[in-house]
Amino acid sequence: MSERARVLALHGGLLVLLLALHFVLPPYHHGNLARIMVLASYAAGYNIVFGYTGLLSLGHALFFAAGMYAMGLSVPHIGTGTALLAGVAAGGIGAILLGLLALRTRGVAFMIVTLMFAQAGYLTILYFGAWTRGDEGFVIARASRMLWGLDLSDAAHRYLAALALFALVLGACLWMVRAPFGRSLIAIRENEPRAAMLGYDTFRLKLAAMAASGAISGAAGAAYALLFGYAGASFASVEYSILPLLWVLLGGAGTVLGPFIGTLFMFYLIDLSSGVTSAYMLIAGIALVLLTLFAPRGLMGTVRARLWRWLP
Amino acid sequence: MLELDRVSAGYGAAQVLRELSLSVSAGEILCLMGRNGAGKTTAMRAIMGLIPLMGGRVLLDGAEVSALAPHKVPRAGIGYVPQGRRLFAGLTVAQNLEIGMRTRSSPPEVLEEVLALFPRLRERYRQPAQTLSGGEQQMLATARALCLRPKALLLDEPTEGLQPSMVDALRQVTLQMRGRGVATILVEQRPDAALAIADRIAFIENGRGGEVVPVEMLRRDPSLLARYLGV
Repeated sequence: MSERARVLALHGGLLVLLLALHFVLPPYHHGNLARIMVLASYAAGYNIVFGYTGLLSLGHALFFAAGMYAMGLSVPHIGTGTALLAGVAAGGIGAILLGLLALRTRGVAFMIVTLMFAQAGYLTILYFGAWTRGDEGFVIARASRMLWGLDLSDAAHRYLAALALFALVLGACLWMVRAPFGRSLIAIRENEPRAAMLGYDTFRLKLAAMAASGAISGAAGAAYALLFGYAGASFASVEYSILPLLWVLLGGAGTVLGPFIGTLFMFYLIDLSSGVTSAYMLIAGIALVLLTLFAPRGLMGTVRARLWRWLP
Repeated sequence: MLELDRVSAGYGAAQVLRELSLSVSAGEILCLMGRNGAGKTTAMRAIMGLIPLMGGRVLLDGAEVSALAPHKVPRAGIGYVPQGRRLFAGLTVAQNLEIGMRTRSSPPEVLEEVLALFPRLRERYRQPAQTLSGGEQQMLATARALCLRPKALLLDEPTEGLQPSMVDALRQVTLQMRGRGVATILVEQRPDAALAIADRIAFIENGRGGEVVPVEMLRRDPSLLARYLGV
């Protein structure tokens, strides 16, 4: 089997499996998996900047929340489809604006600049509480959760919409990392001065990576609000900037499937351990330490290193 | 073809090159020689725009490349193989070459041309660069630079620490590039290697250009070489 066929079979197989699970999962796990697919889309967006370009951003909650609020606030006025696009645009434009400033820095300074802007975004949401309802957030009316005749508050429609988003993001990431653009990002991650020496305009490429990452994060934020009917300031908090980093690290930075595997693993680790003990974060912490010790490249990164070298 | 016109450059306040002037024509190999710290590598980096010029200019086919942003210099047609190879170690041979091809959106046949020059790389095509031998890594670094189809090629000590068969293979490729009209500047420490391949040898001392001597003259009288190098 050729490398291309293997890649298509693996990723296509996952999507088919997720579709099959729609028909067999009990309601609780069915709902969980819909949420995981949306959050994994967010993590996949984050992976473009962190896993493929090597930029450790601590501000991606800004783009997730930008998509969420742009969708949530505009949907009563412009309709669901256009509001979704507004969410994608808000994430992408926010990332370009932040990138124009933050990409002038490197390393720790980049982390701090992205973190500070995300915190500024969080505080802005709280400050303009008259519109955003501050910490409390707001519910998206059921009437606004209709898209192309589908009621997205319905569990089945919600699952399929989450799967459609995840499939779209997975396909886009797969295409991107195998395209020259993705190769260029990998060159920057491996060694930026070396990439510049070969003729790459590294600033523009990093900005393009930020834009793509922000747009996907914005799409995930908008979809989250639409599918689960709620937008809140907690999604703009630093926790939502750290989470995609953890998911990607666990799943395997710089692998297309890593964000999904990491999100799935972390979600169920916390979900299952919280059912056993109130100290569930301790269990999650120990699992993270063990994984870092024994699989420092993350789950899919380890699979690629030891088993499937062709894994994108 | 490639010309340095009174180029001054350095690192921060420390000036290394002092009004260095050199030129190399199409289909010519110019070897830079000098003691350690004389400014040979700095000259290469200055040509590539990797360090800012304090004065002077670099011209390729009469067009000033020193006015370009560093990432535009390779696109203008100058390939650089730095000392120490500087590969993307974690990526495969194929991926390293793809990255080289991407810079100027080189047509696919360029890859075949390059692999024809280095058949060993075809055998190692899916292997990570870090697992290659030193000589193979040097081949890959050179091949990656050739993916640009450069008009001028800068080679910084390409044969340092390599076994004789690898040295010979790389030398053959450099000569083939000369045959295709590529202007090459080669930094070389070993006199025998320089004499074997160069058309002219330029001596640099303390960042200043010294004598530029046709290699036939040095072959006829090897004592001249020691005199120019001050050893």
